[in-house]
Amino acid sequence: MPVLVYTENAGGKFKKSIFEVVSYARAIADELKTTLTAISIGDVKADELATLGKYGADKILNVSNAKLKSFVNQAYASVVAEAAKSEGADIVVLSNSFSGRGLAPRIGVKLDAGVADGAVSLPDLSGGKFSIKKTAFSGKAFATVELTSAKKVIALTPNSYKVVDKGTAAKVEDFSVDVKESDFKAMLKEIVQSTDKVSLPDAEIVVSGGRGLKGPENWGMIEELANLLGGATACSKPVSDAGWRPHSEHVGQTGIAVSPNLYIAIGISGAIQHLAGISRSKVIVVINKDPEAPFFKVADYGIVGDAFDVVPKLIEAVKAYKATA
Amino acid sequence: MMKILVCISNVPDTTTKITFTNNNTQFNTNGVQFILNPYDEIALARAIELTDGGNGTVTVINVGEAGTEPTIRKALAIGATDAVRVNALPHDAWFVAKQIAEYAKQNAFDLILTGRESIDYNGAKVAGMIGELLDIPSVSVIKKLDLKGNEATVEREIEGGKEILSIPLPFVAGTAEGVAEPKIPNMRGIMSARTKPLLVIEPVAVTINLEVTAYETPAPRGQVKLVSADETAKLVDLLHTEAKVI
Repeated sequence: MPVLVYTENAGGKFKKSIFEVVSYARAIADELKTTLTAISIGDVKADELATLGKYGADKILNVSNAKLKSFVNQAYASVVAEAAKSEGADIVVLSNSFSGRGLAPRIGVKLDAGVADGAVSLPDLSGGKFSIKKTAFSGKAFATVELTSAKKVIALTPNSYKVVDKGTAAKVEDFSVDVKESDFKAMLKEIVQSTDKVSLPDAEIVVSGGRGLKGPENWGMIEELANLLGGATACSKPVSDAGWRPHSEHVGQTGIAVSPNLYIAIGISGAIQHLAGISRSKVIVVINKDPEAPFFKVADYGIVGDAFDVVPKLIEAVKAYKATA
Repeated sequence: MMKILVCISNVPDTTTKITFTNNNTQFNTNGVQFILNPYDEIALARAIELTDGGNGTVTVINVGEAGTEPTIRKALAIGATDAVRVNALPHDAWFVAKQIAEYAKQNAFDLILTGRESIDYNGAKVAGMIGELLDIPSVSVIKKLDLKGNEATVEREIEGGKEILSIPLPFVAGTAEGVAEPKIPNMRGIMSARTKPLLVIEPVAVTINLEVTAYETPAPRGQVKLVSADETAKLVDLLHTEAKVI
């Protein structure tokens, strides 16, 4: 019985987080000595579909039904569940993206499967069990959950599994499925892309500003640094509460949890709620004029200094580095 | 008359330092202050706005043992019309969703709101599971919710942007920041909350498919390496050669 991986696309393209889920699902399939089937729904061109083969999909089911061109949570959940049934897959893997978070619980109910959301590790199969580590308490802890049902759904946290290019190829098959009319009640009207740059949940580098920046007019240097590094901008809760930055940039316990390779915190003191949202960052740099700021206790690198003095200098240093790199 | 059901969780206060007991198999609730889940406060606030001026009712439902009643009373003080407590430990999202779906099947609601996730287990699963159990649409993380007759316009968060959807009632949605500003109970609300109806019902049986077997806290980081404000080039070099992140 193969493992099934749902590979969501954004505008016909797969993002890095999708190559991560395919690589992750491949590793599970290897562990279980079985094959990996991917399912793609919507308008994705053949050469883009073929990239999934590189990361270990043996077969790709392509659903190109015109009605399923744009994401409809209920209908997509039905399609993935039907694919799992027709493939005989007991394990369904998907990204814990915004869309994935909508799909996983519905697929779980349809398949009578336990759902491990926010997974950050491969399943531990020792002792005939099926246990997965997931984030809990908004980044303040991890929980290991054991799925005791015959079928399982796993939603993988972005940036928690490496992309493994196997250099393999997959065959693409058309997959058609009848979806009931009542699954199409929600209608997509418009997609508004707020950034043409890398989005915060996907970003490998995040430059984040706090109240120490004194006002929204001072975000130019935050954006410049983020742009230079190819990263995304973020902020602390007081900043989004004050309306300096949109809520979608609020990182912390009641905002977005991020897990970038590099998190640069500028003028953020490091309240426990903020630290919860960034605890899975690989490397943390803190710039703060207060040497007693709690953020320094969890930082890897730090500069004690005023943001208005340090950040322009840091921008110059990054420019100099880029010029020689 | 609009009937809205708001699902609420009783969670550790956001300032809580999380620790575990019993060989890291249980959350240590000792000295922990429990609160109404912040995302559920947003759901509740929007439900109250949508039914403002006697235009409907807001029922809050919680799956929890008697100890969650202060949180339920807080929701009533904020402005919910009445409350239901399913008398059981909330084992996991599936258990909770089954209880709420069961109640909703017997009491038709026009709209069911949850927070986008609870800040303890962060599953974000309850809304989708209820939607599937009731065979109605569900939206996982919404930033805006407006109603016109039986048609809602919602903004759903996606990576780097948003989707604008139109959805007919009834449906389930998980609310995030932007949907409404949380409301603070006033004195009249607090007084009236004491006498508002709080129905306690017993749970239905559920086949459990998930067990939490262990907890851990993130590994501590090493000592911070400080560089001076005039050594930004050194920091960039460390990030490149030592940390290997740029």
